[in-house]
Amino acid sequence: MTEAIAATARWQSCAIVEIATRTPAIKSFFLRLSETFDYTAGQHVDVRLTAPNGYTAMRSYSIASAPSDSNVIELAIERLADGEVSPFFHDVARIGDMIELRGPLGGHFLWPGPTANPLLLIGAGSGVVPLMAMIRHRKASGEPVPVALLLSSRTWGDVLFRDELLELERSLPDLALALALTREPATRRDDFSRRIDSAMVAGVAARLPVPPGCAFVCGSNAFVDIATDAVLALGLKAMAIKTERYGA
Amino acid sequence: MVTRGFTGRQSGSELSERIPPGQHLVDNFPVLTAGPTPRIEPADWTFTLKVGTRPVKAWNWSEFNALPRTRMTRDIHCVTSWSKLNTAWEGVAIDDILADAGLSAPTPFALAHCYDGYSTNVPLADLATGKAMVALNYEGQPLPRDHGGPARLLVPHLYFWKSAKWVSGLQFTERDEAGFWELRGYHKYGDPWREQRYKND
Ligand SMILES: Cc1cc2nc3c(=O)[nH]c(=O)nc-3n(C[C@H](O)[C@H](O)[C@H](O)COP(=O)(O)OP(=O)(O)OC[C@H]3O[C@@H](n4cnc5c(N)ncnc54)[C@H](O)[C@@H]3O)c2cc1C
Repeated sequence: MTEAIAATARWQSCAIVEIATRTPAIKSFFLRLSETFDYTAGQHVDVRLTAPNGYTAMRSYSIASAPSDSNVIELAIERLADGEVSPFFHDVARIGDMIELRGPLGGHFLWPGPTANPLLLIGAGSGVVPLMAMIRHRKASGEPVPVALLLSSRTWGDVLFRDELLELERSLPDLALALALTREPATRRDDFSRRIDSAMVAGVAARLPVPPGCAFVCGSNAFVDIATDAVLALGLKAMAIKTERYGA
Repeated sequence: MVTRGFTGRQSGSELSERIPPGQHLVDNFPVLTAGPTPRIEPADWTFTLKVGTRPVKAWNWSEFNALPRTRMTRDIHCVTSWSKLNTAWEGVAIDDILADAGLSAPTPFALAHCYDGYSTNVPLADLATGKAMVALNYEGQPLPRDHGGPARLLVPHLYFWKSAKWVSGLQFTERDEAGFWELRGYHKYGDPWREQRYKND
């Protein structure tokens, strides 16, 4: 499957059709593909920006939207101060601009398909993007996979996709949502007011009907290391824990 | 296609000759790993050389550390588009590993195997003649666990996923057999100067 996908990952130019402010630091960019592609929740695209003198900058962005018949995909990009590409999207890009991208890419951090085992998803900040694609896919496909999401954010206002996640928690009985706020007290009873730790991960995993068969962890490298150690402590095998590290 | 309004953070011309197409410079050392960071104590560490399925020689940590040392300072290029210049490594050249095993002409291809279950393929021609090593030190310090410690393969002229972290051995093969990443869409060879990122690039 992945080989077929990679073989068609040609560069294409896509129009920005919508921009939505999600949090103070994160905006969603909706891009209309000129060549549609099939993808699996969890995959990413490479985006390439070109200056008038031919200089290019390339970065990877996870696809936030669930696979569907639509030819529009959503990317959610966090603005990093002094970054090269993310401030361009936040400060310069506007509706109608053409952006080059190729995809879908990534053959590892993938929604596993209908599986008997529940999934434990753990993300921090914009690291929830590929997990959101999985949850949206879970909702759209109706595949009976129980999912628990532990999402760490600085404040309530920084929780990416917050309102949609709260709504999904209400409408999907087998979705457990736990928010961890690191810079302000949580107000929902079962959320957390601290950084991620092993007890928190164990507590969230225990909200699943049976122990998770597989875990997906996405965020900064430091966050991913803490989260994966906590998941290993639950007894999951290393190969059942997939990580996407946004680098630094 | 020029992107409206984009100028970018362009580096000086002198450095830009060292940056392959589509890459950008970083000062930090990003970590990209597909799973948990393995914990391998030197006491539990071995490095095994195989030809096909036949083990030729295995070294424990102290035996491996007694092999001749090589230093290399190289530019490295990650497929996710960052490049880092002048990284300093010390370890055991693949040539010295082969010599210690008494293996003069193994098969033309190899798979590097890792403690976390991953693998990657590299031709012998890219491992031998001083081109690659099993690195034990980075910038004068024991290789940090995040970066593959206690030992990683270092094939600096190919995209950095080929420099497999937590390496546990080399297996020489008759044919060029795709490793873990190469089976999942990455390019079989991975030359940054030809932008061989993904299959069919
Ligand atoms: C598979 C994958 C999926 C990803 N998905 C997402 C996603 O869904 N959403 C998302 O927001 N991000 C995602 N990322 C991260 C994304 O690819 C970029 O790394 C991120 O947007 C930062 O890019 P940038 O060009 O803005 O910053 P960069 O220019 O790359 O800089 C990053 C940081 O380092 C500093 N810096 C580095 N070099 C210099 C320099 N020479 N001079 C000055 N400052 C410097 C900058 O201040 C900045 O804070 C993903 C990464 C990967 C690998």
